[in-house]
Amino acid sequence: MSDFLLELRCEEIPARMQAGARAELGKLLRRELAAAGIDAGDVTVWSTPRRLALIAKGLPDATEAVSEEAKGPPEGAPDAALEGFCRKNGVTKDQLQLRDVKGRPTWFAIIDKPGRATRDVLAEAIPAVVRDFAWPKSMRWGEASLSTESPRWVRPLSGIVAILGEDLVECEAAGVASGFATLGHRFHHSGPVTIGGAHDYAEKLRACHVIVDHEERAALIREGAARAAGDAGLALVEDEGLVVENAGLTEWPLPLLGRFDEAFLDVPPEVIQLTARVNQKYFVANDGAGKLANAFVCTANIAADDGGAAIVEGNRKVLAARLSDARFFWEQDRKTTLAEHAKKLERITFHEKLGTVADKVERVAKLARWLVDEGIVVETPLPSGKAPGVGGATSRPSSTHPQPLPSREGASLADLAEQAARLAKADLVTEMVGEFPELQGVMGGYYARAEGLDPQVADAIRDHYKPMGQGDEVPTAPVTVAVSLADKLDTLAGFFMKGLKPTGSKDPFALRRASLGVLAVTIEGNLRGKLAIWLAEARNGFREQGIEDERPHLETQTVRAELQQQFARVFMADIREFIADRLKVQQREAGVRHDLIDAVFALGGEDDLVRLLARVKALQHYIETAEGADLLAAYKRAANILKKEGWASPTASTPLPEGEGPGVGVGGATPPPPQTHPQPIPSREGALNTQGIARTGEEDPLSMVDDPDMAAVIKAQLEEKKNKSLSYTPDDAEEALIAALDSAEPAAVRAVEAEDFAGAMSALATLRGPIDRFFEEVTVNDPNRDKRAARLGLLARFRDAVHRVADFGRIEG
Amino acid sequence: MQRDPASSFQDMILALHDFWSAKGGCLILQPYDMRMGAGTFHTATTLRALGPEPWNAAFVQPCRRPTDGRYGENPNRLQHYYQYQVILKPSPPDIQDLYLESLRVIGIDPLKHDIRFVEDDWESPTLGAWGLGWEVWCDGMEVTQFTYFQQMGGFDCKPVAGELTYGLERLAMYIQGVDNVYDLDFNGRGTTYGDVFLENERQMSKWNFEVADTAALFDLFAKAEAECRNCLANDVPIAAYEQAVEASHVFNLLQARGVISVQERASYMARVRDLARSSCEAYAAKMTPEWQAKYPEWVL
Repeated sequence: MSDFLLELRCEEIPARMQAGARAELGKLLRRELAAAGIDAGDVTVWSTPRRLALIAKGLPDATEAVSEEAKGPPEGAPDAALEGFCRKNGVTKDQLQLRDVKGRPTWFAIIDKPGRATRDVLAEAIPAVVRDFAWPKSMRWGEASLSTESPRWVRPLSGIVAILGEDLVECEAAGVASGFATLGHRFHHSGPVTIGGAHDYAEKLRACHVIVDHEERAALIREGAARAAGDAGLALVEDEGLVVENAGLTEWPLPLLGRFDEAFLDVPPEVIQLTARVNQKYFVANDGAGKLANAFVCTANIAADDGGAAIVEGNRKVLAARLSDARFFWEQDRKTTLAEHAKKLERITFHEKLGTVADKVERVAKLARWLVDEGIVVETPLPSGKAPGVGGATSRPSSTHPQPLPSREGASLADLAEQAARLAKADLVTEMVGEFPELQGVMGGYYARAEGLDPQVADAIRDHYKPMGQGDEVPTAPVTVAVSLADKLDTLAGFFMKGLKPTGSKDPFALRRASLGVLAVTIEGNLRGKLAIWLAEARNGFREQGIEDERPHLETQTVRAELQQQFARVFMADIREFIADRLKVQQREAGVRHDLIDAVFALGGEDDLVRLLARVKALQHYIETAEGADLLAAYKRAANILKKEGWASPTASTPLPEGEGPGVGVGGATPPPPQTHPQPIPSREGALNTQGIARTGEEDPLSMVDDPDMAAVIKAQLEEKKNKSLSYTPDDAEEALIAALDSAEPAAVRAVEAEDFAGAMSALATLRGPIDRFFEEVTVNDPNRDKRAARLGLLARFRDAVHRVADFGRIEG
Repeated sequence: MQRDPASSFQDMILALHDFWSAKGGCLILQPYDMRMGAGTFHTATTLRALGPEPWNAAFVQPCRRPTDGRYGENPNRLQHYYQYQVILKPSPPDIQDLYLESLRVIGIDPLKHDIRFVEDDWESPTLGAWGLGWEVWCDGMEVTQFTYFQQMGGFDCKPVAGELTYGLERLAMYIQGVDNVYDLDFNGRGTTYGDVFLENERQMSKWNFEVADTAALFDLFAKAEAECRNCLANDVPIAAYEQAVEASHVFNLLQARGVISVQERASYMARVRDLARSSCEAYAAKMTPEWQAKYPEWVL
């Protein structure tokens, strides 16, 4: 058993690539050893800017000898066959043995594979590892690069140390021969360092000012930077990304604290921190009051004789020059109002198919105002505790009627929202954001405040990009909400209109994030209204600018209107499905079941996200009780019977509800019609008519019944329904179910309308007893066609009653 | 003769010349006599990076960046400044050591100052070129761009050249310990960088930003483009390349005058790129027979 050391030394490896490189080295070496039958066991990989090192403990000195048998032709087989067998196995005929196989003498070759020295295995493995190593970017170098086939590495490879136990593993890779010698710190040590093996590697390098363990260096930086700040009476602003990066840039890290001119603190702290971090890889620190201090911590790679005084002074100068630039930008940018800056946005293309940023600003401003005018974003949002749903009925004014808005200092919420939207992107053309794109929004907020704009406007400009991802802060201030939501709806609508949807893992326009943002802002702010209408309004914004849906070439004027409608429908269906998917992702963390979201979404009519979620939660609460599970089982049984009988599923058709989905916004500049009110409460007569096949009243209610026999029966029955009576005396259980449905169905509808979803569940719950009894006592498949049809109709009614709340067919389990 | 790079800008340059001539085996060339944005545009870098022949050269190249002009009022920014270029082809195995030795020669002690190689890959779409390397930091300040050319003019570099680009004013400011570029001692006898260049910066900034006749510049651009095509058609790719460099600089001037919109910008850049790449391609194609005569195995 011996320990193995491999060091691959090269010119400075980018810090960001070192973690990946460590994993790659471990993986490849294991792979090569495994191929030779050696389990690499305990492997440690380290990195510095100038080397990758691997130590594998307890490798066997040789692989085990193996003896393999190969079965050949039977005795008496043609000579040619026997010769072929020998050739294949590398043996001669006289080495073959005859053995009995099921009573038949058969030739066998015994092939002895001797064990191989691990050193020999490694000598082949190392060049293979170097050859196959996958760097994010690699290069050729030196004389060998006269040919394109020359070796590739992240930077020129300059040394290989490969020692098994205390013996050299002789090999050559990328033109570099292995040896015992490596190099120490670039400046603190000159000449070669001779390594004895895995046992003394780290310590020998330490003596030459190299800490080879990256985690040890990270700890030195983490603790050293905190201590340097602490010694100055400050608190380091922790930044693990910087810790790792600095550990990847140094072999002998030494955090040093410096001070910069206090006058720079006029510049926003975000700017100072970014300047220090991005450009210089410095930490910053806060004073006792938690405010940014005029201090920085840089990480040197040497222990200088003067204690680092010259280094700190040099770094201070560099930072001062950077901060001077930043202050110049800060002053320069403020000489112009945001409104003036915003004019330059027409020079920036938002997307080649979606106009300039100025065009976007125009749309977002209108949409933000519309969101307020429509009462979707209101001055004081409803506290989320008062959300619809699980509790009792909450009544809220219909979202279609604009409410009178309270004004604040003369400016209405709508005015503020529009103003903020018009200025929200102006900082994109400022010098500061040109330098630090990460500060978009943040700078606009500062500039707005400096200009003396309403703080609500300034906050909205600052925060309208939020939330930037799961877990990011979700804006709740009304002006911010209006701008944030309008911006995201506009982005979603535009890219979907042009068919630029995300595919697979590719989402170049961050539409998933926009979609999650819409959901978070809506749910968090308890915003009420129909998503489809919002999106239609957003789409109208594009069409008003002459930006149309991307569609195939239109042959004639006459088909145009029809095609536009079709595209409007596809657009809406696509984007809603997309958003529904995001909703599932977003709610997964909150423990909301995705199948239940499907179940409610599938009804199509539920487009109010807040209500939808309340409904889903009530459903989840109910379905996870024993009673709920029973009802689900009964539903599935009913649905199965109906399916077998060819009664189409009610929700297999378009997911769009009547009157709101596809049609809205198709008319271009015309505002969307007021929201139609939920379907009329069906009576007993109307029951069959609600299964979704006859939603607009225009379609043939029988179009989805594919069994012609049954269709005839149902037709007859529909006629009969008008007479409000059955042609036979129903069984008790049948009667009971009818009675239960008569009361439960309208109760469920009323409860849903009142957003009392717990009430809706209770209404459904009253069906459980009767439906169970029905299945127990009543034969659906009665020889009497009328009875059979009536009973199937009853099951359909039951199914449809359940669909008042959710499509139980989508619920798993 | 004794050089004093610590207190003389010109001695620092001469010390670099001495070093790269003696230790790097470099030809010491003079600046290219055209306006250009970076030393990389010098034919000793671009065109010589193509082909199999060894090539070691060092030179100072004045660079013009019209948009960086600050009328002489900014201590760090200039529209005209110097780069020191070293090109070593093929890249020698000790290129980093040579470079660090050159820093010692001009007075930077790496045990006192923190020298670091920080990832910075280089790409010039204009030249169809890219390479991997670093920016070299001295106490947090970028003092050199260090690049291993991988492609030039769209062709693989065979062999790879190492390119070093020193920012001379920055280095000198550091070595001399001054905070304002105009305070640099130019000759070690009290003549400052400001004495030499301050008025130049004032006037040229004004010309770049305010005065330059934009109609004439647009015309110059079109003429350079046409002449480049003419040169290509007549198989004089070096002359064509010069016209591409000219067009590139005129484009930069138009940018400084603020008369090129964002949309137009991309199209102008594409036109310059096309000229530069076509010139490099034509040069490589024209030279290939000669290169192959010396290196029979070599292919473009």
